[in-house]
Amino acid sequence: MPMLRPASIFLTKLITGANAVWAGCDPKCEKLRIYFANHGSHLDFATLWAALPSAARERTRPVAARDYWGRTRLTRAVACGIFNSLLIAREAISRTENPISQMADALRAGQSLIIFPEGTRCLDGNITEFKPGLYHLANKVPEAELIPVYLQNLNRILPKGHLLPIPLISTVVFGAPLRLEEGERKPEFLRRTRDAVLNLMPHAHGGSPNPASGPA
Amino acid sequence: MPLLSSINYSSDVTRNLIIAVFGVLFLASAISFILGRRVKSEGGKATVANLKSRVNSWWVMVIVLFAALSFNRAGSTIIFALISFLALREFITATPTRRGDHWGLFAAFFVILPYQYWLVATPWYGMFAIMIPVYAFILIPIVTVLTPDVTEFLERNARTQWGLMVCVYFISHIPMLENLDNLPPLKMGSAGLIIFLVAVIQGSDVLQYVWGKLIGKTPVSALSPKKTLEGLIGGVLSASLLGALMHRLTPFSPLQAFGVSLLLCLVAFFGGLVMSAIKRERGIKDWGTLIEGHGGMMDRIDSLCFSAPLYYHILRYFFNG
Repeated sequence: MPMLRPASIFLTKLITGANAVWAGCDPKCEKLRIYFANHGSHLDFATLWAALPSAARERTRPVAARDYWGRTRLTRAVACGIFNSLLIAREAISRTENPISQMADALRAGQSLIIFPEGTRCLDGNITEFKPGLYHLANKVPEAELIPVYLQNLNRILPKGHLLPIPLISTVVFGAPLRLEEGERKPEFLRRTRDAVLNLMPHAHGGSPNPASGPA
Repeated sequence: MPLLSSINYSSDVTRNLIIAVFGVLFLASAISFILGRRVKSEGGKATVANLKSRVNSWWVMVIVLFAALSFNRAGSTIIFALISFLALREFITATPTRRGDHWGLFAAFFVILPYQYWLVATPWYGMFAIMIPVYAFILIPIVTVLTPDVTEFLERNARTQWGLMVCVYFISHIPMLENLDNLPPLKMGSAGLIIFLVAVIQGSDVLQYVWGKLIGKTPVSALSPKKTLEGLIGGVLSASLLGALMHRLTPFSPLQAFGVSLLLCLVAFFGGLVMSAIKRERGIKDWGTLIEGHGGMMDRIDSLCFSAPLYYHILRYFFNG
């Protein structure tokens, strides 16, 4: 399956453009990183992954929901075989299957992660409240840099509930690294990290932040 | 379709054209190289760096166009289909869309665009001329209305239809030129018609820029502060002279070539202004980042869009037998 990787990256770039903008961090930096992004489309993790330089991509794993991507042999092969995903449980979490420990283990093994702290795809192009996983992970692996990432247009390219994409150009904006501050509490941290993603929306520079707004 | 090149390489017109085009490119590269050695100020360096990337992009664009036209009519059909696809992609990306537009846009990219170029390849002029203005106009709102979302319903459909007209319908008239079979014999072959249009319109863009830099003072429109009246007049007149010099690529006499070029350049100028107005409304500077130094595909072809159908109709109705 890994031999399908170059073709998959090419295909992802062909469909989504995956235009990377490094607005606050160095693409070539070799530090351990947790990329966290807004979530609106199945193409999100493939696009973010494709936007990374190839060396960084080799040591970065997208984190995906096992109840979704693990449900058939094909989805599992795509998620794990091609994109090297780390599948985690969203429900029925037990002590042996704790997703935070799984992610922390991967980080300690030297692998950067891509996570979507909203937990599920958002329908209308907004960013919903973050789930607490990001806080627990930052607490457990404080040496990792937290990189906010804003994924633009992907919910227009392949919205939730659609099977076929339209070939618009997506932009992947990488922001400045954050860390969990000394004594920072969970709600403040989650608000701060979510704001970091919101601040990468391009509406500050004119134009429409995310033209696909409003529910269907 | 016979497997013949659209360019007649044995003609002296072709030889002179190739010498002129590549001569200009070499000259432009040499000038930007010398300027790069001389300029010391920060602002000057940025200008020269932009000039260099523009010139390099011109090399790529000229070589790609010549390579495509060296095949038969299929070459120009495929290359302009690709250009339409990239332009439509930039246009729709810059335009607000809603969930309910998904299937309409899918049809625009994967049904209407390929079918329009299929009509160029066949060729079936009657359907080519009405498919997007009539049938896309019927199809897109029908698909859109299947999702019960009426927010900005008229605007959303109009935007998709505009994208198809500007990026697909207008541009598809360029490869359609090669299907004008009753013109007087063309010395360079049918590709000469395409090269004439592209050279005059893009020449006008470049010459307006050069004249504007040299003597430009009076801004011509608040929409594009860089465009000046002096640049416009100097650029359009010198591009029309260029058209007259290139009349042997077309069925025009030198005077006709001058007049047609003048008309096309003026329409192209206003076409560029219209596309600038759309960019202004959307709050963007460039349509994309595809072509280094130029912005997106749409930034490079905006002036071709409005002039291509006009040029086609002049040839079709007054020169095609």
